[in-house]
Amino acid sequence: MAVMTGSPTTRRISDLNLTWTDVGPFLALAALLVAGFLINPDFLSATNLANVITRSAFIAIIAVGATFVISSGGLDLSVGSMAAFVTGITIMFMNAMAPHAGLWAIPAGMVVAILVGLLCGLANGLIVTVGRIEPFIATLGTMGIFRALITYLTDGGTIPIDRSLRDAYRPVYFGTVAGIPIPILISIAVAAVASFILYKMKYGRKCAAVGANEDVARYSGISVIKTRTIAYIVQGACVAIAAICYVPRLGAATPTTGQLWELQVITAVVIGGTALRGGKGHVWGTVAGAVILELIANLMVLSDFVSEYLVAAVQGVIIIIAMLIQRFSNSK
Amino acid sequence: MLSRKWIAAAALGSLLLAGQAMAQDKKVVAVSIPAADHGWTAGVVYHAQQAAKEINAAFPGVEVVVKTSPSAAEQVSALEDLSASRKLDALVILPYSSEELTQPVKAIKGAGTFITVVDRGLTDSSIQDLYLAGDNIAVGSNTAKFMIDKLGGKGDLVVLRGIPTVIDDERIKGFEDTIKGTGLKVLDIQYAHWNSDEAFKLMQDYLAKYPHIDAVWANDDDMLLGVLEAVKQSGRTDVKLALGGNGMKDIVKKVIDGDAMTPVETPYPPSMIKTAIYMTVANLIGQAPVRGTVKLDAPLITQANAKEYYFPDSPF
Repeated sequence: MAVMTGSPTTRRISDLNLTWTDVGPFLALAALLVAGFLINPDFLSATNLANVITRSAFIAIIAVGATFVISSGGLDLSVGSMAAFVTGITIMFMNAMAPHAGLWAIPAGMVVAILVGLLCGLANGLIVTVGRIEPFIATLGTMGIFRALITYLTDGGTIPIDRSLRDAYRPVYFGTVAGIPIPILISIAVAAVASFILYKMKYGRKCAAVGANEDVARYSGISVIKTRTIAYIVQGACVAIAAICYVPRLGAATPTTGQLWELQVITAVVIGGTALRGGKGHVWGTVAGAVILELIANLMVLSDFVSEYLVAAVQGVIIIIAMLIQRFSNSK
Repeated sequence: MLSRKWIAAAALGSLLLAGQAMAQDKKVVAVSIPAADHGWTAGVVYHAQQAAKEINAAFPGVEVVVKTSPSAAEQVSALEDLSASRKLDALVILPYSSEELTQPVKAIKGAGTFITVVDRGLTDSSIQDLYLAGDNIAVGSNTAKFMIDKLGGKGDLVVLRGIPTVIDDERIKGFEDTIKGTGLKVLDIQYAHWNSDEAFKLMQDYLAKYPHIDAVWANDDDMLLGVLEAVKQSGRTDVKLALGGNGMKDIVKKVIDGDAMTPVETPYPPSMIKTAIYMTVANLIGQAPVRGTVKLDAPLITQANAKEYYFPDSPF
């Protein structure tokens, strides 16, 4: 894996030239679906699958952004708190606008969400690159800051969205287009744009180069600061998009919104085949990773084998097995 | 919203300064509580500040000082700061954790301060003069009794648990002991960590797994919000009852409005801090005897008495 990711020999000539790292997550996904069906046939019911994939959308969208950051050799622990903070600001803005602008408050709030997300990402990026602080520590700091800010804004309680906006906004999470839930469509769109940027544009190659070897990238004339900062800004935008889909689900922001999402996001990226130390990013693998995480949690509830006390342990074991299968299939 | 907060902060600040100036001849009651980090503690902070405001206005001879701390270590420091600058006549404390706070509170007791402990006990109960707490077992059993009545003694239930703690264990125990021997059957019980997002997902899974569910019990109102959203999305009509617990204002409002799915609520009220502060002051000012242990019951909140538990201005 170490040799394969980021080394120029694996650069794909055509889209069909797939490596094990590319298909691994999808094989794991397929295996999980089969196992799930054997355990409980309800698992493959359309409603259940739609529910599970829809709710994996937040993690998937944020993890697509994290694929940029991790691919470029960075890390962002602040995404969960940032999602909560963006959610809070968005709801407060929409509530303030509602009496004047009516339903126009919703699109206006979405624009605000994106702006706040971009700014948060920019802040993270600048602290890491210009400030030259280890990404782990820098984003651990901003994670605390965003979490404290949302707790302050909510007084420790909840910020609910204005009742007059609730029904109009609800379809963004609960609605469907041609039978497919909207959050799923949004995550597919986000992943499609992201894979275009990562695989078809110059920036994508710069990103992987910086993550694979910072010094070599610098000598080849790539601006490491610029490349990494942009990755964090992309991450901020993804967090904002996730927040926009999140608000209509429960219609409120609380101090526990998005708690521990950062760990799920990082797990999804790694299950998806992107190395934690940087190098080539696997956008579609990341999306599969996010779905795998939700499917495992869903399967735990639908099966009756596991006591409620041991659910987390079994989830941990399944994730480790999934990674081991990938590791061994890669070394072939 | 922001400007309102700044004004409040400035007002509180000047109030504290003014209090300091006259503190010499006043009896000082320090209130030490966890900072607001989720709904319930936010309610505690709100009610403690309300009590301080009311008592400071009503009794010129008393000064109530509220101090919030975001961790056990900081609560210990806060106690040192509070007791270093002046003599405390009474301390009302909701300890972050029992073990870490026991010695520091004992030290304050040694200086002759009246000690009131709320909700979470200290490891040495001889320190406290007054102990006041809610009844988590009653939260579970009263909810169960209502369900038994309402469902006519039989039905299929699913239950959502909180974070593995004594509080959660007691609520579940109260519930399970009460339905034992009746026709109510718990189909499934899983943790959702008192978090509305996790509860939403878990309820979706319950609905996918069981074609028929008569009632849901989420032992906390944050989780109930997630449950209600999942039931609404599924469009299922078999779920007749979805109950929570704790007394969140949104849920109490549902009870007031006569909601069919959530017609009752069980309190574990954060306002118990207010009861403790008032009782402590009653002892200090009116020499009313209050030493002992007070256990607040968890009577069902119904449409008839819901107003008593409704605080629209509280964050919880």
